[in-house]
Amino acid sequence: MPVPVLAARDVHKSYGQGATRFDALKGVSLDVHEGESVAIVGKSGSGKSTLMHLLALLDKPTIGAIELSGRDAAALNGAVLNKTRNATFGFVFQQFFLTPGTTVLENVTLPLRIAGVRGAERKRRGMAALAQLELADKAKNRATDLSGGQKQRAVIARALVNNPSVIFADEPTGNLDSATGKVVEDILFDLNRTHGITLIIVTHDEDLAARCDRRIYVRDGLVVDSLTPTIQKEALA
Amino acid sequence: MNAFDLIRSAVGNSLRSKTRTLLTVIAIFIGAFTLTLTTAVGTGINNYIDSTVSAIGASDVMTVTIPAEDSNPLASSGPEEYDPGATVVGGGMGPSSIALTPSDIAALADVDGVLSVDPAISVTADYVQYGDGSQYQAAIGSFIPGMSIDLAAGVAPDMTATDYEVALPVSFVEPLGYAGNDTAIGTSIIIGLTSASGVSSTVTATVVGIAEAPLVGSASVIPNEALTQELYSVQSAGLTEAQADSYAAATVRFDENATETEINALKSDLTDLGYSGTTVSDQIGSFRTVIDAIVLVLNGFAIIALFAAGFGIVNTLLMSVQERTREIGLMKAMGMAGSKIFALFSFEAIFIGFLGSAVGIGAAMLAGLGINTLLAGGLLADLPGLTLVAFDPVSTAVIVVAVMAIAFIAGTIPALRAARQDPIESLRYE
Repeated sequence: MPVPVLAARDVHKSYGQGATRFDALKGVSLDVHEGESVAIVGKSGSGKSTLMHLLALLDKPTIGAIELSGRDAAALNGAVLNKTRNATFGFVFQQFFLTPGTTVLENVTLPLRIAGVRGAERKRRGMAALAQLELADKAKNRATDLSGGQKQRAVIARALVNNPSVIFADEPTGNLDSATGKVVEDILFDLNRTHGITLIIVTHDEDLAARCDRRIYVRDGLVVDSLTPTIQKEALA
Repeated sequence: MNAFDLIRSAVGNSLRSKTRTLLTVIAIFIGAFTLTLTTAVGTGINNYIDSTVSAIGASDVMTVTIPAEDSNPLASSGPEEYDPGATVVGGGMGPSSIALTPSDIAALADVDGVLSVDPAISVTADYVQYGDGSQYQAAIGSFIPGMSIDLAAGVAPDMTATDYEVALPVSFVEPLGYAGNDTAIGTSIIIGLTSASGVSSTVTATVVGIAEAPLVGSASVIPNEALTQELYSVQSAGLTEAQADSYAAATVRFDENATETEINALKSDLTDLGYSGTTVSDQIGSFRTVIDAIVLVLNGFAIIALFAAGFGIVNTLLMSVQERTREIGLMKAMGMAGSKIFALFSFEAIFIGFLGSAVGIGAAMLAGLGINTLLAGGLLADLPGLTLVAFDPVSTAVIVVAVMAIAFIAGTIPALRAARQDPIESLRYE
C-alpha cells in the first residue's frame, strides 16, 4: 500500500470557547493517494471547507493530525509550510481572487513571484501555463476584463504554474454557468488524468462529485459515506 | 518574493489608488517642503556668516586679554579692591580687562602651540585728508596677516613693506575728492592725529587699495604694519615707557591647521595662566547660536506637519489593507510569509514617504531659487554675498531619509495588521 500524499487522522476542529464553542469537525479520517481525484461533498456548514483548509495546511486541527506524505504536518515549521503550499499545492477558489488592475500574466505568475523566481523564467512558465489553458492571447489583458470562464481558466493556470502535485478546488464551477462550468471541469479532470495531479474538489454539486474517483460525504463534522470506485461501479452496474 | 519584486509590487500597489496616494503625498509634501526650506535658510545664513568670518579676521588668530577679576558686571557681588599695579582697560557695561605688559607678551610666547604674539596696538586718528580737501573723521582698523579684505580696487596693504601703505573704505573715495576708486590708488593721504601730550601732527601714507563696506563694524582705514607702528609712536609721544608698553590685548597666532580640540586646549592653557583667548569664530559663534535656535523652532513646526502626515500614511495604508484583504489572504495561502507581507506594506509606506519628500524638496529648491532671485534684487541688495536659501546635500539627504523613516514607522501599524491576517478569514472576507 503506497503512502498517501495527504491523510487526516481522527481530525477534530473547534472554533470558540465555552458556550460559543462550535465543533466543525468531530473526528474525520481519510487518505488521499497520489493521482486520485477526490470530491468532498456536503451542505453548507457541514465542515467540508474546514476539512479542505486543514488538508491544504492553511489551518491546524484542534485534535488529530494531518499527514503530508506520511509525515505529521504539525512538525513542520512555518517556512516549510509556506514552501509546501507554494510548491506542492495549487488553489482554485469559487471566487476568482484575481488582483484587479494587473494583467492576466501577472496574476498567473503570483505563486512564482512569491517563490522568488526571476522575471524571465517567470514569464516563460506563466506563458506556458496560459498556453495550456488557451489563454496566451489574453496575457496582457487586465484580469478584470476577462469573462467568467476565462477568469476561472486564468485561476487554474495560476494553480498550475508552479507544477503542483495537488490541486485544491473549492466550488470551482460555483460561479459559472453550466456550459462554462463543464469546460472548467473537463480541464481539471484532464490535468488529473494526463498529468497525474491529485485533485481535491470541495463541492455540493453532485454531478461534479460524480466525475471524481471517490466521493466523501461530510455532514455535521463527520464523514457519513465514502463511495469508492468499486462501490461506484457496482452501483452503476 | 525577492526584494526587487517586493519593491516593484509595493510601488505598483501604491499607484493603484492614485487619488488616495496623491492626497497622502501632498500631506508629506507640505512637511518636507517646509522642513527643506527652513533648513536651507539656516544653511544660507550660516554659510554667509562663515564666509564673513574670514573677512573679519584670520582663522588662525586669537585675541588674548587678561580678564579683570569678576569681569561680568552683572554677576559682580561687590566693589573690587583697588590694585595700583593693574591698569584696567575698557569699562562701562562691557567686560573690562587688565592691560597686558611686555612680560605678559613674553609669557604668551612661551605657551605651547603659540606661533607668535603681537601686542594689539590701537591707534586713534583725528582725521584723514587728501590734498587740500576736507578732513574726515576716520577709524583706524587693524589688519592681521591672513585676514582678507574685500577689495573694490587696488591691493591690500603690504604688511612687510617699510613704506606707509593704507587701504581706504569705498565710502571715503568721493568725499575725499577722488573721481573714482582707481584714481585714488597711488595717491598720498594725510592722517592727522594728536599725541598723548596734546601735540597735533600728521603722517602721510600711500593709498594702495579700496575696501568694500564690511558686514560687521564700521568702515575703517586699514594701515599696514609700518604705518601702524609710526602712528602709534606719534600717538604715544609724551607717555611714560610703562604706559606706552601696556596693551589692551595681544594677538596670538597658532597653527592654521589646528583642530577644534587643539584650539580649545590652547584656550584652556591660556585660562590657566590667567588670560582669556577669543577666536573670531567665538565672536561669530553667538550669531550662529541665535540663527540655529530660530531654524530649530521653524524646523519644529515642519516636523509637526510631518508627524500629522504620518497619520495620513497610517490611514491610507489601513484602507489599502482593508481593500486588499482577499489578495493578502491569497498570497498567504500561496505560501507568502507574514514577514514578506509586512515588508510589502512597509515598502509601500516608504515609497509614499519618498515621493512626498522628493517632490517637497524639489519644490523647495525651486521656491528657494525664486526667493533668492527676488531678494538679491530687493531686500538683500546691500548684502551681495548673502544667498538666503542654500541647499546642503547632506541635510537634504537627511530630510529624505528622515521622512522615509517617519513613513516606515507610520506604516508598521497597517503592515503588522496585514502580516497577521489569517488566510482563511481573509479569503472568506466579502
